[in-house]
Amino acid sequence: MVIVDRRANPQGKSLANRQRFLERVRGDVKRAVADTIARRRVADVDTEEEVRVRVDGTEEPGFATTPEGEHDYVLPGTGTLNRGDRIRKPSGSASGGSGRRAGRGSGQDAFEFTLTREEFLSYFLDELELPRLARTSVAQEKLSRPQRAGISIYGYPSALDVRRTMRNSLARRIALRRPDQAVIEELQARIVAAIEAGDEPGVAHARAALAEAERRMQRIPYVDPVDVRYARHVRTPQLATEAVMFCLMDVSGSMTEHMKDLAKRFFMLLHLFLSRRYERVHVVFIRHTERAAEVDEETFFRSRETGGTLVSSALDVMLEVQEARYPRERFNLYVAQASDGDNDALDRARVTMLMQERILPIVRYFAYVETGGERGVFPHNAGRRTSELWDTYEALSAVTESENLAMRRLNDGAAVWTVLADLFAKNAHAAA
Amino acid sequence: MTLLFDGADWDFQTLDAINRACTEIAVGEYGLDIYPNQIEVITSEQMLDAYCSNGLPLMYSHWSFGKRFARDEALYRRGYQGLAYEIVINASPCISYIMEENTATLQALVISHACFGHNHFFRNNYLFRQWTDAEAILGYLAYAKAYVAECEERQGRAAVERILDAAHAVRPQGIHRYPKRRWRLAEETERAKARAEHAERTYDPLMRTVPGFRTTLERPEARQQMETEARAKLRLPEENLLYFCEKHSPRLAGWERELIRIVRLLAQYFYPQAQTKVANEGCATFCHYHIMTRLHETGQINDGALLEFLHSHSAVILQPDLSDERFSGWNPYALGFAIMRDLERVCLDPDAEDRDWFPAIAGNGDPWGTLRDVWANYRDEGLIRQFLGPKVMRAFRMVHLADRPADPDYRVAEIHDEAGFRRIASLLADQYEPAKLAPLIEVADVDLFGSRTLKLVHESYRGARLDGEQTKKTLQHLQVLWGYRVCLQERDAENGRVLTEYASA
Repeated sequence: MVIVDRRANPQGKSLANRQRFLERVRGDVKRAVADTIARRRVADVDTEEEVRVRVDGTEEPGFATTPEGEHDYVLPGTGTLNRGDRIRKPSGSASGGSGRRAGRGSGQDAFEFTLTREEFLSYFLDELELPRLARTSVAQEKLSRPQRAGISIYGYPSALDVRRTMRNSLARRIALRRPDQAVIEELQARIVAAIEAGDEPGVAHARAALAEAERRMQRIPYVDPVDVRYARHVRTPQLATEAVMFCLMDVSGSMTEHMKDLAKRFFMLLHLFLSRRYERVHVVFIRHTERAAEVDEETFFRSRETGGTLVSSALDVMLEVQEARYPRERFNLYVAQASDGDNDALDRARVTMLMQERILPIVRYFAYVETGGERGVFPHNAGRRTSELWDTYEALSAVTESENLAMRRLNDGAAVWTVLADLFAKNAHAAA
Repeated sequence: MTLLFDGADWDFQTLDAINRACTEIAVGEYGLDIYPNQIEVITSEQMLDAYCSNGLPLMYSHWSFGKRFARDEALYRRGYQGLAYEIVINASPCISYIMEENTATLQALVISHACFGHNHFFRNNYLFRQWTDAEAILGYLAYAKAYVAECEERQGRAAVERILDAAHAVRPQGIHRYPKRRWRLAEETERAKARAEHAERTYDPLMRTVPGFRTTLERPEARQQMETEARAKLRLPEENLLYFCEKHSPRLAGWERELIRIVRLLAQYFYPQAQTKVANEGCATFCHYHIMTRLHETGQINDGALLEFLHSHSAVILQPDLSDERFSGWNPYALGFAIMRDLERVCLDPDAEDRDWFPAIAGNGDPWGTLRDVWANYRDEGLIRQFLGPKVMRAFRMVHLADRPADPDYRVAEIHDEAGFRRIASLLADQYEPAKLAPLIEVADVDLFGSRTLKLVHESYRGARLDGEQTKKTLQHLQVLWGYRVCLQERDAENGRVLTEYASA
């Protein structure tokens, strides 16, 4: 008997099947992901909660009979039944016998299964992209990648091309008529045969032939340095798509906790999207009240502050940073701004000027998210349909007719996923 | 004798010791005849893996296996469904998967159940000997997996899935029910290539494009003759739809035919299993019961282990009655075990009733010899028809319920008494007829020189009708395999009246 321990075998043998299955139910999965997005809180993003997918579209039909017709069932009884007793058929279907039968036919293929977090995120993020991302520059040395480039006579032992080397060796051995082991053995056999036959000159002749063969075998190596070939690699520089995302968040007093929470969630998700999908996207965090400052990630997401609102201050800081560190020739520039839309009316002209003349011409995409109250009410500007900043941007987009300014309203946590998905939906933007 | 283990823990030495002790009893005392055993210890996740590919260790890739895995995993994770203690594969060596979570007692139970009970059944039952090739199955599976992967690479995954989906839909109708020749899976691998090349070269009666053919067709008597000749080559009617498409479909490429063949041969491999559930599980349960009891008698397992074993054993052979909400038909373990225990008693200690029912074996004093013969020569239907005794019928309080379309109720037609025994045994045996496993659908005709429509027939016995929705979808799949329209006629088996006609779109 043999006992084999298979526990250490690679897990996930059915991974290939799972991928095929997920591909097949792509529609259902996407719907489930969208549903979950609507229910989910952003904080859940990094937790291990799983997504349940209800699958209907994977029927495997086959010829089957309905429970109609005459049947005779022999079943384990209760001991109290007697001839002529009657048992009501289960309503709905005429099935009896094995209770399983009743379930056949409809609904058999609908079931729920769970997506892992990885699968969920990849489905969600697959749908997103940075609009109008262009290749801006040939980047530094470290972005080059080794690529196969034929063969070479020099190289590392690890790059040895065994097939080619042995092919050369074989060709050379044939060309130089190097005797192989079979020939040697045959000559030896001939000597033995000659000795047995007592054929003296034959023995001498065969011995000479053997000596000659052995000499040739020694002089002509099996693998000669001239045979050796290596796979050749060259490093080819890769085109880099470098991009920077400026995250501007209003943290002024007019922002309620709810609004700040929404804004933070939005940026968290945006950050997750960028860090997963793009290797080289820089993120700059800027927050502002009536003054703006560039802050680190931790401060941006965690710390609190209050004060008035001056949107232009944030735009100023953004432009400063951009000029100092992110020349537009090298970087794709993106801006995401979240605010409650409250701004000093006197600032309007300056915001319009900055946006129109300096920002919109250089950025690929400017996404503005206006966070509203719990039920879509804007408390500070009751009576007005829209906010100050919204008006400003709306006027701006009418004047400039620029396509790279997008605006969305965000009222409750559930919509964060959808707003992000909407702003960065794939193929929604014409190429620049 | 010393104890094989004490407590729940086990290691590989324990397994080896258990196996040696069981071998001594099973082969030495009971005369079981088994393939060499190979025990593989796996995790629960690997068990789920094995589940979804029909328990086979290797399987080609297909989304439906992924679907089954997703469903089983969801059920398992939420606790709706437990995992089997073991899976055993009809191969030589006989491979048994056992889970690492099992306790030592469970491992002993599993080894005596699978490695001896099932193993003996696989090796000796006539259906398995006829239809399966235990030496070659693993090699064939490896070949099938590689072949499907290669097709996916060369033809694209979508093209391969299209054929596999279609072939899977008619899998139950893709088996030969009567043996034509001894199955040799071993030859399959070598012959596959030659067959594909040959099939591409050969002349197909359906694909005549010979000059002059049209004019021949115009003469009615010539046409008649050609049709008769061509039809004779098709050997109609044909019950194996996959075989028919593989051999005669006018449109399939060589690799598509080979894919159908793979699906068909694997379906055929499982055909005996479906027919021998009661006999096979009964055999394994009977063996584990005796081996475990014997281990206890000889002092190789302690009382605690025996009690743990009996607890699992009684759960396995639980048969809820029809008023129980857990009831879901017959439990093959319970039915098979009861019949075999009864036979054992008949052999050793018969009473007048037994001598009356089983004159040939009553009191012969050789229960193992008698049962070895039963295991070798019967499938479920025969086992029940021949060996279901009155004591078992009484023990299960079997009743016969008649279900008539006009009647809103089931009527209790027979009960387990003197007048009902024969009829109950015979009706229960009918329930295990292979014909009940899947609807029987035959190729009746092909419109050879016209539209090439494939005509199928389903004979409806006692008002059993095909599910319309499912049938339409399945015909659609079948059209993929045949290449042209497929239609199906449902006929009343008694008077030949056509009940329904279906056709693929």
